[in-house]
Amino acid sequence: MDTAPQAPQKNNAMTLPIIILLPLLAGTLLAPLAARFGRNSAAWTVAAITAASLGLVLSEASGVIAGQALITSWEWLPAIGLNLSFRLDGLGLMFALLILGIGLLIILYARYYLSPEDSVGKFYALLMLFMAAMLGIVLSENLLLLVIFWELTSISSFLLIGYWSHSAEARRGARMALAVTGGGGLAMFAGFLLIGSIAGSFELSAVLAARDTIHDHPLYVLALGLVLLGVFTKSAQFPFHFWLPEAMAAPTPVSAYLHSATMVKAGVFLLARMYPVLGGSIEFEVVVTSVGLITMVFAAYTAVFKHDLKGLLAYSTISHLGLITFLLGLDSPLSAVAAVFHIINHATFKASLFMAAGIIDHECGTRDMRRLAGLWKYMPHTATLAMVAAAAMAGVPLFNGFLSKEMFFAEALELHDLGLLGQIAPVAVTLGGVFSVAYSLRFIHDVFFNGEPRGLDRKPHEPPRYMKVPVEILVVICVAVGMLPGLTVAPLLAVAARDVFGAELPAYDIAIWHGLTMPLLMSVIAIVGGSVMYWLLQHQYRLHMSTPARWTAPRLFHRGYDGAVRLAGQFTGLLINGSLQRYLALLVATVALLGLSAFLQHGYSAGDLAPTAPEPLAVVVWLVALAAAFATVALHRRRFAAVVLVGVVGLAACLTFAYFSAPDLALTQLSVEVVTTALMLVALSLLPQEGPAKSLPTHQTRDALLAIGAGAGVAGLTWAVLTRPHESISWYFLGESIPGGGGSNVVNVILVDFRGFDTFGEIIVLGIAAVGVLLLMDGLRLPPAAGAGRGNSLLLSVAARALLPFALLVSVFIFLRGHNLPGGGFIAGLVTAVALVIQCMADGMDATRRRIGIGGAGLIGAGILIAGLTGAASWLFGAPFLTSAHGYPELPLIGKLPLASAVAFDLGVYLTVVGATLVILTRIGGVRSTTAAGGQV
Amino acid sequence: MEFLFASALGVVTACGVYLLLRGRTFSVVLGLSLLSYAVNLFIFSMGRVTAGAPPVVAEGVAAYTDPLPQALVLTAIVIGFGMTAFFLGLAVRAHGESGSDHVDGSEPAGPPEDPR
Repeated sequence: MDTAPQAPQKNNAMTLPIIILLPLLAGTLLAPLAARFGRNSAAWTVAAITAASLGLVLSEASGVIAGQALITSWEWLPAIGLNLSFRLDGLGLMFALLILGIGLLIILYARYYLSPEDSVGKFYALLMLFMAAMLGIVLSENLLLLVIFWELTSISSFLLIGYWSHSAEARRGARMALAVTGGGGLAMFAGFLLIGSIAGSFELSAVLAARDTIHDHPLYVLALGLVLLGVFTKSAQFPFHFWLPEAMAAPTPVSAYLHSATMVKAGVFLLARMYPVLGGSIEFEVVVTSVGLITMVFAAYTAVFKHDLKGLLAYSTISHLGLITFLLGLDSPLSAVAAVFHIINHATFKASLFMAAGIIDHECGTRDMRRLAGLWKYMPHTATLAMVAAAAMAGVPLFNGFLSKEMFFAEALELHDLGLLGQIAPVAVTLGGVFSVAYSLRFIHDVFFNGEPRGLDRKPHEPPRYMKVPVEILVVICVAVGMLPGLTVAPLLAVAARDVFGAELPAYDIAIWHGLTMPLLMSVIAIVGGSVMYWLLQHQYRLHMSTPARWTAPRLFHRGYDGAVRLAGQFTGLLINGSLQRYLALLVATVALLGLSAFLQHGYSAGDLAPTAPEPLAVVVWLVALAAAFATVALHRRRFAAVVLVGVVGLAACLTFAYFSAPDLALTQLSVEVVTTALMLVALSLLPQEGPAKSLPTHQTRDALLAIGAGAGVAGLTWAVLTRPHESISWYFLGESIPGGGGSNVVNVILVDFRGFDTFGEIIVLGIAAVGVLLLMDGLRLPPAAGAGRGNSLLLSVAARALLPFALLVSVFIFLRGHNLPGGGFIAGLVTAVALVIQCMADGMDATRRRIGIGGAGLIGAGILIAGLTGAASWLFGAPFLTSAHGYPELPLIGKLPLASAVAFDLGVYLTVVGATLVILTRIGGVRSTTAAGGQV
Repeated sequence: MEFLFASALGVVTACGVYLLLRGRTFSVVLGLSLLSYAVNLFIFSMGRVTAGAPPVVAEGVAAYTDPLPQALVLTAIVIGFGMTAFFLGLAVRAHGESGSDHVDGSEPAGPPEDPR
């Protein structure tokens, strides 16, 4: 795959990533910090960061408008075609300006909107994250990078919509938005993977150049469909529109941002971005224009009947997105201009309308238009601003919405080659225009006139001065663009539209007056028709009484969602019913079946080696082990006996190790056996001494079958191995033990030298187990056992004290010889532990702990520290971690020591083992020893 | 010898698994102990079972048994102890908290003569 990004121009390398990184890192990190100093400092901080990004974008604007796209690229994961490639072209510039410009106004607005209970830091941090993700989408040159930012917008918008997480409505809306847009994002991802594999690269420049290849490819339609799924879900196109009204549970600044300049515009941005690649085919045109048209008319109609201000605006947003989608579907240069123009216009008037709705909600405590009325008297300033913006939304002349809407009407008349669709389109768009005038009129008349407010719990008044500033700025833009389009947006519009269309545009003219044309007539019909429609609805049909049928899409979604959750719950409940016994049985059965399938697949056969003859003593040990194992099972309810019987099996294992040339293992097993048995008896004193009556017969049979299966498998496997010749990598260790590790006991040299890192990990695990016991016993206090407080055996006590120094001496001896003869840190540690166990048995846990005077936990820490430092010391000599040094003259005065550095490591092992044993025994034993002489073993 | 070894491993494994599947924590610990013996011996046997050839390098000795499985098993024995200790701690705590020593944390529901 060609991963080399093809860049028309590379300079100002760091600018583009910094534009994104500023909000992404500085914004998200500084906002919560600044919020500690009050909401003003938080707002100023994020505003400054946004302004810095905006400044950077503007500094590159002149070059982009002059026609030079700025592209920079770093390799990230070139093997999969993912590069950190960024592109600033006309389309990206326009969107970046919208995102940052409106973002700045939203920051100011939110400063006044949020109540003191809201976490301002969290809000601004999430807003910055979302802004960065949006900037990432519009500035990505690499399609995979775009997908990453795309999903980031889904996640950050989820968090923003659910900002008031105490509200169930907000949580539900957030979840729905995430499910729909995130799901669409996955489809889009798949589409991009197809496109990338067809084009041979994920770099946009390469993909743009491969347009014809992509169109001719058999998978083109599939890739198109998948990408369109991403577009339609994000931009709330029918039938995926339902998440957007539900997302109105977000705080209003979020709604204003997400639904004007960002989130939903990401979908149409992608459509515009991919138009030069995917557009121009008949499939593209038919699907995109018809979806856009249906969405536009349907949503505009629905909006008229919404009683909630934000609900009305939400459906209006969907409708306008449908309009833009429709325009982007057409294969004409002027439709590209109209689409881009309407993106800008819609962003300005819709952001200001949402902010106005937020102000009304803020000052009146409701957004219900059946209660709001006559606000003109109370907030004339806000009312004027909202009326101008609503007029722009309705497409009234002199405001920006009129210009783009007229271009839209003109384009709808040009669909000659689309057959029936071409004949329906002009009627449909006019109808959409009628509805849009009706709901705009309702927004104005119902809220600001139409009598007096009904049942408000406060007297409405104008909001704080600066809360209106963002609205004023946006409204001024609406008017300026509407009156003087040539002086305001024309240059930006030209470069952005050229990038959408993918070729130079023919000459065109944006003007208020084109003479008496068909589009003008359609505008007039829309305005007159919309007014009549609203008047009729209000006066003839009592609009306020209407309860619009709940659209079924959200209900279907919730039903599907709940169904999926229920299904998952049932499936989980089927396997995970809370019974550990059952899980273990399932685990054992699974492992046994896996083993069985391997046997069945490859067949079972014993090896060819002749087995050695059994020794008489071995037969005796074998018989004893078998008898003890069976007896353990038979007597497991009589727990004291069972512990002894298990110990017998352990001793048989110990003898087996000793006989088969493993003295180290025999020593280890023996000392572990002693400590374990003591521990089991200690624990048994805290548990019921006798098990309850028998298991269910069915359970017994099931478990017996499982056990026999597992046992047969292990026996068969062992037999097959033992009768086959032996090949091993160990001969290397045998040969290198003395020259490389400085010791003749190869097992010990492997432990502390060759595989020292494993051992290091294992002592840490042992330490963790001990700490786990420590925590488990923490706070657990049981009443003293019956009979506690009996005197301890004086003889045992004296003997144990006498024994302790000897035992320590023995462990030192075992420790020191360990490198060359059986022994070492593990065994020495266990021998010490055995001596301590005897002490505990004689004197009780508390007394022993007091006498030793050092906590086991400290020993564990010291042990791991020593082992770690020994390993790290090899860094001083430029060698890797845990490289051993032996025979080196380490101390100049004393001369050459016959020691290996591994001995220090082994000391760490020793201390950890002693510490862990001590912690475990004294903690479990100490549970019942709050009274004087407890801790009976 | 190999037959004795393999068959003993099978029996100890089977007994361990059976006890592992009992409902009481202490039986599970007993089962784990048995299973640990079997597993350790199993790993050990991957280096084959040879008498009289300990892996301690000495002059004039040519035959040594495989030291690597022994090194693995040595730490496994110690870790096994840690695991047993942890389970015992868990069992004691669970019994202290819930008053039941059943692995599921409470006495099984159903008829009283049916305590599994």
